[in-house]
Amino acid sequence: MDTLRVLVTDDELGMRLGVTRTLRDFSVCVPDVSGNVTFSVDQAESGEEALEKIDRNPPDILLLDHKMPGISGLDVLDRLADRETDMLTIMITAYASIETAVAATKRGAYDFLAKPFTPDELKSTIRKAAARLILAKQARRLAEEKRRVRFEFIRVLGHELKAPLNAVAGYLDILHNHQLGDNLAVYDELITRSLTRMDGMRKLIADLLDLTQIESGEKNRELAQVDLAMAAASAIEAVAAQAAERTVTVELHSIGPLMISADAREIEIIFNNLLTNAIKYNRDGGRVDVALQQAGTKAEITVTDTGIGMSEEELKQLFGEFVRIRNDKTRHILGSGLGLSIVKKLALLYGGDVNVESHPDAGSTFTVTL
Amino acid sequence: MTEIETKRTVLLVDDDEDFLFQHRLHLETAGFNVLVAHGTKEAEAILAQQRPDLAVIDVMMENPDAGFTLCHRIRKQDASIPVILVTSVNSETGLDFTLSTDEQRSWIKADAFLAKPIRFEQLMREIDRVFSRPAVKV
Repeated sequence: MDTLRVLVTDDELGMRLGVTRTLRDFSVCVPDVSGNVTFSVDQAESGEEALEKIDRNPPDILLLDHKMPGISGLDVLDRLADRETDMLTIMITAYASIETAVAATKRGAYDFLAKPFTPDELKSTIRKAAARLILAKQARRLAEEKRRVRFEFIRVLGHELKAPLNAVAGYLDILHNHQLGDNLAVYDELITRSLTRMDGMRKLIADLLDLTQIESGEKNRELAQVDLAMAAASAIEAVAAQAAERTVTVELHSIGPLMISADAREIEIIFNNLLTNAIKYNRDGGRVDVALQQAGTKAEITVTDTGIGMSEEELKQLFGEFVRIRNDKTRHILGSGLGLSIVKKLALLYGGDVNVESHPDAGSTFTVTL
Repeated sequence: MTEIETKRTVLLVDDDEDFLFQHRLHLETAGFNVLVAHGTKEAEAILAQQRPDLAVIDVMMENPDAGFTLCHRIRKQDASIPVILVTSVNSETGLDFTLSTDEQRSWIKADAFLAKPIRFEQLMREIDRVFSRPAVKV
């Protein structure tokens, strides 16, 4: 729960006490922000005292009387003009003239209360100011969070790009120093391993480009009628060699065309990620079953494998960026850690989602609704 | 003594296949016996059978601190086996791990700490240093 600090500046004690009393038990509910906002009120009986208090600890909302002995409300605004602050000033004035309003607004006042005002008028003005303050705070928090996520992404990406380079550099070093003697055949394994790491890096870069494409937004999407059955068939075709290598059988179960409005490239990305995962994390001689069906207004893609499966704990992390489930069974499997986060982002783009059911050593079923 | 008996045995623990492959090669070329383990479980199975003269352990394996845990267990089991921790924890988390202050040495019970990527010469230097000084107290 947020508490906003209010400083009421007025030479009349009655006014200060009245505001304090009114706001003591007042709370505001700001839409989109969890919890109520309450207020703590401090008082100043002159412009000088207010400036002092603001200097020490600026309040969120300043209620400022215009006409006071000593410096006036407008003078206070003048002195505050150069300060960089989120503080909102509400002018209290007995003579609610256009001129005062204009003068105060020019000096940065946010709102007005004309004396005498009722507790309800005060509350409604404070409510408006509070909403504005809280939403501004919220926006700043979100911007900060976005920056942090971005930064984190780049940091991890840097690491993920460096790792294969280090590995390949290590192998080249060994080759360069002829460390394994003169038998060239011995070097084959080093070269194969280097190529594998470079393949992994290429896949990572391809995934990154996919991700960028998705995040670049609507303007680059080309929506057309896409037949999921045809898209699935051609995606299966594309991974045929990979499946054959692991002697994994991939089968499509569909009852004819299933048309949706989609970007063909995005559908290809979804199928490709689901299928390569289902093959990579399978057992030799296993199966992958792809099923398509209409589920209400949505299309549903189900990809089931007979692979290594995942534990509850592993499932929870699955859709994060750069998340790769690390255990004895996945050690030899290469991946960018971006595939499923891409599938998830795409599914959400279509107002759908991805669900997964999995049992260790039995297999996983991924269901994408679009 | 025969040559075999004078060879020192190093246990290499890392889930990175390439790291294991390359450093096994380097260490063997440098005259060590090398045992490799892909994770904590494999390492513990090896340790139940034999006693290496040194363990070189990656910190981030099955989980982000698997290496610390393994190091701790080796210490409890046989405090005379020196342990060198290797990790990309610094570049992955931005945390700064070294063993340069007493405070750091007091909670990381390892003889040396190297940040990945490490060059083999660097590892050799640490290995020489570890073998030429008494083991850390637990």
